Formats: sequence, C-alpha cells, structure tokens
Amino acid sequence: MTELPLWAAIAVAFFLILGAGLTLIGSIGLLRLRSFYDRLHAPTLGTSWGALATILASVIFFSISERRLVLHDLVIGFFIMCTTPVTLMLLGRAALYRDRSENTPVVTPSDTE
Amino acid sequence: MKRILPHPFLALLLLIVWLVLTRFTPGQFILGAAVALVASRAMSALEPTPITLRKVHRIPVLLGVLVVDIARSNFDVARLILNGGRHGKRRSGMIEIELETRNRTALALLAIIVTATPGTAWLGWNPRRGVLLLHVFDLVEEADWKDLIKNRYEKALREILE
Repeated sequence: MTELPLWAAIAVAFFLILGAGLTLIGSIGLLRLRSFYDRLHAPTLGTSWGALATILASVIFFSISERRLVLHDLVIGFFIMCTTPVTLMLLGRAALYRDRSENTPVVTPSDTE
Repeated sequence: MKRILPHPFLALLLLIVWLVLTRFTPGQFILGAAVALVASRAMSALEPTPITLRKVHRIPVLLGVLVVDIARSNFDVARLILNGGRHGKRRSGMIEIELETRNRTALALLAIIVTATPGTAWLGWNPRRGVLLLHVFDLVEEADWKDLIKNRYEKALREILE
C-alpha cells in the first residue's frame, strides 16, 4: 500500500460521495413515493450510477495504492446490471397481475392479456 | 470451429472474467481458457441458438450513449424524489410501445437498458402483438419516450444483432 496522491484522493472521494448520495436518494424515494409502480424506479438509482460510481472509486483507489490495474470490481457492476431486471420485472409483473385481477384501472385500455 | 466453440462470445467473456478475477499470467490464461471452453459447451444444452453480431463497431457507440443517458436520468429521478415530484405535479403512467424486433437477445438487452435507466420500468412484452408495456416515472410527453426506446435503443440493438 502506498500513499494516495491528492488528485486520486479527490477523485475517489468524489465518486464515493456521488455513489452513496444517489443510493441514499433512491432509498428515500423507496420510502416516500406513493404508488408501487413509482417505487419500482427508486432503487434503480442505487443499481445504476450509485453502484457504478462506488465501483469506479474502488477501482481508482486499489489500482493506485497497489500499483497495478485492479478491475475485478467491474465484474460486480456487470452482474448487478444483468440481474436487476430479473427481480424488478418479477415485482412489476406481480403488481400488474394483482391490479388486473382486482380490476384496478392502471393498465392501458388496449392491453387485454 | 462450430463444434469446438459453439458460443464464442460466452467463452471470450468467461476468459476475460477469469483473468480479471485472478491475475494476467500465462498459467491463468490456459486455466481460464480451459474453463471457458468447457462452460461454453455446457451452455449448448440450454441455449440452442448462438448469438450473431452484425455491426460490432456500433457497440462502443451504444455503450457511450447509455452511460450518458443513464447518468442524466439518474439525476432527473434524484431531483424529482428530492423536490417531491415538482411539488406534486409529476405524473407517472404506463405507455405501450410496438417493437419490431422478435430477437430474444435484443429484447433481453433492451430489458437491461430500460431497467438500468431510472425512470423507466419494464412491465411486460406481449409476444403475440410485440407490444412492450412500460411504466414511466415522469410522463411529460409520451411520444418522446416512444421515440427514445424505438429510435435510439431498439434501432441500435437491431443493427448490432439482426
């Protein structure tokens, strides 16, 4: 481990705060938004740039302090990107199924599945 | 070639992931290549149609567009959450978009793009009519969203995959 230069420390801090801030705002949205469908959008802040900025901070920090390119955090980001749609689509479709069976008028009129 | 390597992209991806997770040494390269060969052959039992890429040079362009678009919608949604949805004026809603593609890979990638972009959520795709049901967080102009999905993302994905 070597001491981080100032520019790297600033970049790491910037991305960490950006990622953590977006994830926090997403969580606040999850708590405050009214409808279920609106709440589907809030956690994607944390899974998109929230996660990406945190991963970038980690890549910069470990690449410089260990003096070699450390990229394995990017694999985490890749798997988050690929697996989030599965859970979100499952939740969305469950809500849609519930609304259809209760005849709640949220679905567009032409959609008669 | 096809018999030895039925899913070349999957094998390449596995090898890259293997090397990233370990270290870039010749020994790890050989071990990773062996794992990638065996694992991509095992995939044939699950997925019979391999992916064909047409315009590979469009992939970096699409990725660049995506990083910017996702960042922009992150800030849009974050702002809407913090100011209480323009103080109660925000309206969300469902929209339907008729997609032209029937390519499973293109649809899967479109689902990832739509989900990764805050502000749009994929609710379903009707295979009989080819209609995508989307929930939009801030529905100002329905036509803008249709244009974004169809002309920006679906077009690029079709050029790459079909």
